[in-house]
Amino acid sequence: MAVGEVMRMEVPAGGDLTVTSPELHVLAVDDSIVDRKVIERLLRISSCKVTTVESGARALQYLGLDGDKGVSNLKDLKVNLIVTDYSMPGLTGYDLLKKIKESSAFREIPVVIMSSENILPRIEQCLKEGAEDFLLKPVKLADVKRIKQLILSNEAEECKNLSHSNKRKLEEEDIDSSSSSSHDDSSVKDIPSSKRIKSESENRSSLL
Amino acid sequence: MQRQVALIKQSLFDQGYLDEQFMELEELQDDANPNFVEEVAALYFKDSARLINNIDQALERGSFDFNRLDSYMHQFKGSSTSIGASKVKTECTMFREYCRAGNAEGCLRTFQQLKKEHATLRKKLEHYFQAS
Repeated sequence: MAVGEVMRMEVPAGGDLTVTSPELHVLAVDDSIVDRKVIERLLRISSCKVTTVESGARALQYLGLDGDKGVSNLKDLKVNLIVTDYSMPGLTGYDLLKKIKESSAFREIPVVIMSSENILPRIEQCLKEGAEDFLLKPVKLADVKRIKQLILSNEAEECKNLSHSNKRKLEEEDIDSSSSSSHDDSSVKDIPSSKRIKSESENRSSLL
Repeated sequence: MQRQVALIKQSLFDQGYLDEQFMELEELQDDANPNFVEEVAALYFKDSARLINNIDQALERGSFDFNRLDSYMHQFKGSSTSIGASKVKTECTMFREYCRAGNAEGCLRTFQQLKKEHATLRKKLEHYFQAS
């Protein structure tokens, strides 16, 4: 997922970041119809767009990772977070986590595991495989809000780092090309910040 | 009318039919979604009826496939937990203990109790939603 696609950033001349509140698109995976209804409500209340599916296989299908469609619909999907139950028939949440982390297209998407069982080795195994967090069921609104904050602040960090590195790059170019000796920030204003971040992230995803 | 609703709800909690998870779900209701909990309850009873049916059939066959029974009960316990159905949840836990111990008679006994609790809860919640 390209970072720039979620965050809309304004970078005024002073260089401070103002982040407008984005709407996360969350893919929720659970074989229980009751739990799907509840997690959907929790996420909607937290101002997220929600897509629910009933299995790991369906989740992979939705993402285009099941081999059938390929990843042609990548740009349209823009899933920002995957929340999945652990115990599901067929692909478990752990299996799904692994498949996502193995995929070059989707490994950046944070994955949160939910489980009704507080089994430490299971939790460790998931975190080790790259899960962002592990939630104990029944999931509460406070859990969802916390996860959302975590995801948003991770992305803000990433954007900030991108933006700063862009700024440095532009300043270096400026030094090279300009004959004058002034190095003020006004050169940063010339290119819209969202375009810079987008092109930077496009460069990154082409390397993946 | 409001007072009656409050009393019904209080007794459901006092008697241990519901736990705080039910209250958490009620917190998720608002003017735009005033029937959320009733909708969840409807889904729960529809889904659990299916599970009860599956378990009934499995037990009737006489072959005690404890793994399969445990798997059904895991689902049942999960959704009961999500709605705050406390007594039903307790029976599910006990059933699973008997499964793990390979105790067929214990399973049968507990399942009868579970069905009773489930039916009672259904009636009480119907009454509660009608009143509110």
